[in-house]
Amino acid sequence: MKMAKMSGAQALLESLERQKVDTIFGILGGAILPVYDALCDHKKIRHILARHEQCAAHEAEGFARASGRVGVCMATSGPGATNLVTGIANAYMDSSPIVALTGQVPASGVNTTYMIGRDAFQEADIIGITTAVTKYSFQPRSVAEVPVAVNSAFYIASTGRPGPVLIDLPKNVQAGIGDVEMTDKISIGGYKLNIEPDPAKISEASDLLTKAQTPIILCGGGVITSGASDEIVQMSDLLMAPVATTFMGKGAFPETHPLSLGSIGMHGNPAANRLMGEADVLLAIGTRFGDRATANLDTFASHAKIIHIEIDNAEINKNIEVDVPIVADAKVALKMLLNATSKKLRKGEGKDWTKRVKEVKEKLSPLIKDLPKDLVPKTLLLELRKLLPENGIITTEVGQNQMWSALYFKALKPRTFISSGGLGTMGFGFPAAIGARVACPDRPVVDIAGDGSFIMSEQELATSVTEDIPVIVIVLNNSVLGMVAQWQRTLYERRYMAINLGKVPDMVKLAEAYGAQGFRVNSISEFQKAVKTALSSKVTTVIDVPIGSETDVVPFVPPGCGLPQQRGDY
Amino acid sequence: MEAGKTKVISVLVENKPGVLHLIANLFRRRNFNIESITVGPTEQPHIARMTITVNEDEKTIDQVIKQVAKQIDVLKVSELEDGNFVMRELSLIKVKVKDSKERSDIINFVDVFRGRIIDVSTDSLTVEITGTPDKIDAFLNLMKSFGILELARTGITALARGAKSIKIDQ
Repeated sequence: MKMAKMSGAQALLESLERQKVDTIFGILGGAILPVYDALCDHKKIRHILARHEQCAAHEAEGFARASGRVGVCMATSGPGATNLVTGIANAYMDSSPIVALTGQVPASGVNTTYMIGRDAFQEADIIGITTAVTKYSFQPRSVAEVPVAVNSAFYIASTGRPGPVLIDLPKNVQAGIGDVEMTDKISIGGYKLNIEPDPAKISEASDLLTKAQTPIILCGGGVITSGASDEIVQMSDLLMAPVATTFMGKGAFPETHPLSLGSIGMHGNPAANRLMGEADVLLAIGTRFGDRATANLDTFASHAKIIHIEIDNAEINKNIEVDVPIVADAKVALKMLLNATSKKLRKGEGKDWTKRVKEVKEKLSPLIKDLPKDLVPKTLLLELRKLLPENGIITTEVGQNQMWSALYFKALKPRTFISSGGLGTMGFGFPAAIGARVACPDRPVVDIAGDGSFIMSEQELATSVTEDIPVIVIVLNNSVLGMVAQWQRTLYERRYMAINLGKVPDMVKLAEAYGAQGFRVNSISEFQKAVKTALSSKVTTVIDVPIGSETDVVPFVPPGCGLPQQRGDY
Repeated sequence: MEAGKTKVISVLVENKPGVLHLIANLFRRRNFNIESITVGPTEQPHIARMTITVNEDEKTIDQVIKQVAKQIDVLKVSELEDGNFVMRELSLIKVKVKDSKERSDIINFVDVFRGRIIDVSTDSLTVEITGTPDKIDAFLNLMKSFGILELARTGITALARGAKSIKIDQ
């Protein structure tokens, strides 16, 4: 056993290095100063100074989702920690692996330095506050406990169904000197991983799939997490089954594939929503059947037997009763299922079904029919796809910009479409883009934004310019909070309240004020030119795109209705 | 109480601070209804046992068990099957006593219920009763006519029948 004398802060940074951490997004403050002091001597870790802690957490999540690695954010105690909460909650809802480090007032010490629990300056019970939105949390009470806490946090955050883990570091632990064993040990209580599926269930599922006449594969975010995209393509090939995704699954299956249906849901692709009701077997993988994906459950895949592959046992029968639950890692289970099914099934059967799929797609989701000539969200997103390489990364904000992106931007690869799906956090896209760009410095990263969302994290322009992290922000600027305006228009008889953003800042000048570049574009050709310039720039670019304030995102499944009751044309 | 099913769940957890908060918070957040919860150490000092009584429909009970099992500090969850476990609850009841006739009536009832008198004053008796919740309910019904001054119930604690035991290595 190798012991060394060091401070808790040093033990933390060494442990992070052992976890191959090279980047921390954070903002410092009094109760985390010992860690920042130790950072002076740890040149392998790059610290990126965010301008708001919430954005530091979103940056860590963007980093994690683009790369598949654990993202790390850090803040001081009290307000620094509470500002992280929305970012942590976002990562929890979207099952993203992040580790959040927070400073805490001293937990013990000589004489009067003991402060925890006494409402000390900048004290917040951050573990209590975040219990419902973290996978787990640690609060080491001695220097020696630090390495095991870090190891365990990374293990828990990144395995199984990933999620955020918090490490709350009392200042006395950071500053204290102790004998530390640099170890790979973890302490994880009753944490168990469900990797291997039950073979009986695999056999049951393959029987169902073999007999299926109109099977559909539905990919959730879990397919991306487990890296099972190749297996999905093979399964689709074998069954001649069309593939839909949830919003979180976008990118799990190439959306230009002839059997791709796009995403299902409230603003889903009409072909996907329609065909879901015609499936006799639904193979759903890595999804929690969220309400925005399924809409009214009574009419969701109502003729289908459902096979549900899911790593989190608590998701089985939570939102929807399934016929064959398979609790396992998606990739492992799909491999076994492919193997079992290919023995029973001849490849390439199911011509009637693929004909029907093609027919519905052509009728309900024609991408190029009646395409407008002016720069509207649909044409913009189709153009953007042409301008970006296959591995270019899109992030979105939340609202109309996000749903237009889901409808019209074809994601081709996993981890190239990053958006706040579960929590729906406005202001997520821009910092997530910064994080994604740090993880993938050689690939272009574009945030599709609305003016309302972008203003919520606009200050991160300072981060991206100062730290040389160039990204592209496309602001679909309608001077209103567009999605809620759309709901007030369609569901509240046009009784508009509090949706008008009034004097929206001049986005070009705003970009320039931070040292970024800004363009305003009014036509497809101006847009193409601006994107090309941005792609070859070494500085962040904001592209302001004025759009009509009464443009709706359609099609739309009104709340309470089922997927087949979708209104409006694609 | 809505029509549901009362279910007893036995949960072995890490015996450390914060675990009760984790479980209680989970119940609140998921809108599960706890009827009672008891916590105490087991024969293995690093492990505590929580006995949780819930009254919910079957689908919700299934979710309760899965969500509890998912917690990292939870080592083992078992649903105690009807009739296949033993359970006890302890209750302390302070009863008003008017005269010596009432006093002897109460003492008789306590004998029948195999309870104990653990405190006496000139105008009250404090009784300890151990048993199933039904037995305690029945005793409380009898005491109502005398007047219950104060009542404390622990909620149930339970173990599965038979020689089987769950050991968890540290």
